[in-house]
Amino acid sequence: MYIVVSIAILITMVLALVRALMGPSVYDRVLAVNVFGTKTVLLLSVIAFLYGRPDFLDLALAYALVNMVGVLAVLEYFQNRVRKKSETQDD
Amino acid sequence: MIDIILDILSWILLLLGGACVLIGGIGGLRLPNFYARIHAASLTDSMGNILIFSGIMLQAGLSLATLKLFAIMVFLLLTGPTATYALANAALLSGLKPDVGSASDEPQENKLK
Amino acid sequence: MIFIFAVFLLSLLVITAIAIVRAKNLFVAVMLTSIFSLLMAANFFILDAADVALTEAAVGAGITTVIFLCALSLTDDREKPREGSRWVAFCTVGVLALLIIYATFDKPRLGDPDAPVHQHVAPWYLEKTPEYIDIPNVVTAILGSFRGYDTLGEVFVVFAACIGVLFILSVKPTKKTNQVIKKESGLRHHLIPQVVGRLLIPFIVLFGLYVQFHGEYGPGGGFQAGAIIATGVILYALLEGESSALRAIPRSVLLGMVVGGALLYGGVGVACILMGGAFLDYSVLATDPVVGQQLGILFIEAGVGMAVCGALLSIYHAFAARESFS
Repeated sequence: MYIVVSIAILITMVLALVRALMGPSVYDRVLAVNVFGTKTVLLLSVIAFLYGRPDFLDLALAYALVNMVGVLAVLEYFQNRVRKKSETQDD
Repeated sequence: MIDIILDILSWILLLLGGACVLIGGIGGLRLPNFYARIHAASLTDSMGNILIFSGIMLQAGLSLATLKLFAIMVFLLLTGPTATYALANAALLSGLKPDVGSASDEPQENKLK
Repeated sequence: MIFIFAVFLLSLLVITAIAIVRAKNLFVAVMLTSIFSLLMAANFFILDAADVALTEAAVGAGITTVIFLCALSLTDDREKPREGSRWVAFCTVGVLALLIIYATFDKPRLGDPDAPVHQHVAPWYLEKTPEYIDIPNVVTAILGSFRGYDTLGEVFVVFAACIGVLFILSVKPTKKTNQVIKKESGLRHHLIPQVVGRLLIPFIVLFGLYVQFHGEYGPGGGFQAGAIIATGVILYALLEGESSALRAIPRSVLLGMVVGGALLYGGVGVACILMGGAFLDYSVLATDPVVGQQLGILFIEAGVGMAVCGALLSIYHAFAARESFS
């Protein structure tokens, strides 16, 4: 039963990767990275149970916590760019 | 007896969760513009999380693993929408305009571009 | 079944690597590098190497992406157009790749019990760990005790890397006259990330401490814990602006952590000498040698965690706060 779910998650990861490679704007790619991250957490949890090793769940927990920091850093980056552009235009 | 019920329930939850995740992936490819794709990605993400983790938790019984799975589910439910908000905000801040689309009632010249 | 998973993930890896090399926009390359790191972590996980997968996930997805983005915000987005052709490089890489592929034909299969690596040292470690050290996670036992010198070298390498990066970026020690510029920074105006981020920071730090002390029983240890705690502090710096983060944990504290971690590790070794054993022979630290070994591993993991956390945060602040000095 876990095998079916992991195949579904793997297919979604491939679709997200296609969107990351294909996306016309950079935001599409960041969205694809975010989707890829959460699917990785799901895949790690399901495979940990498939293997019968529930003590590997620490990895999924670590990654679930760390995933958000990357996307917030992207928001900060864009905000900085907009602010810098408005500052150089004000001069 | 109770094992069979738990197994069937887990099967159903896991299959539904897998279907949700797949639909999200397909939606991410086929929807026309960025803001529509965010909808597909984040909604199906949260629902798929809940279904898949509930399915696995039913199989794990009462143990430390269930607690960890619950914690992972809660953190994913908290951080997923936040990341979506941050992304949509970043896109709007940098000037990506939402496309109203051709399904509106206005004549074509008034369409926002 | 695992074979199919592994082949699938490895081919995704190759596709992502080709896409990273061909991307002209550097921001896209950074995002694809994040995906690459996730795929590597999944690959390590499938190969049953949990400690390595945890380190790769903690460092690659969180901190590396953030530092790359900070570096990108200091420079331009586009790759410089390349003059000249790449035929020499291409031929060199091609020849070397063919040689290496030819060399792998002689390798034993993965998990082959007759392989040389499984004959001499590995069974000795697996048999002697319950006898000498008695902790469930053999990887930590090897890293901390049987190969303690190597890990000491690694801590010193992290220390040297931190100092090297700080030199290159010409970070001057802040004097009292330098005002910390209070500009509008951070995600201060966005309510949702503020609320959720503040809720998550204590959990991230708590989880980092859990991974640190749990390293003897499951996947974990000093490196991973240092990276996770550094991610927590970086989240705070992203939300409130790095000037607030520098006020909360000033640079001197960070440098003290790096130096203190390396000193702690070396100090444990010297303490073993003072108590009558060899350098880094933890058995003499307590009356029962097994307890002494466990105590020694606990201390050196703390040293490693401190050093890694301080180094990563110093490097992040060196990039992020650089704009206020220019």
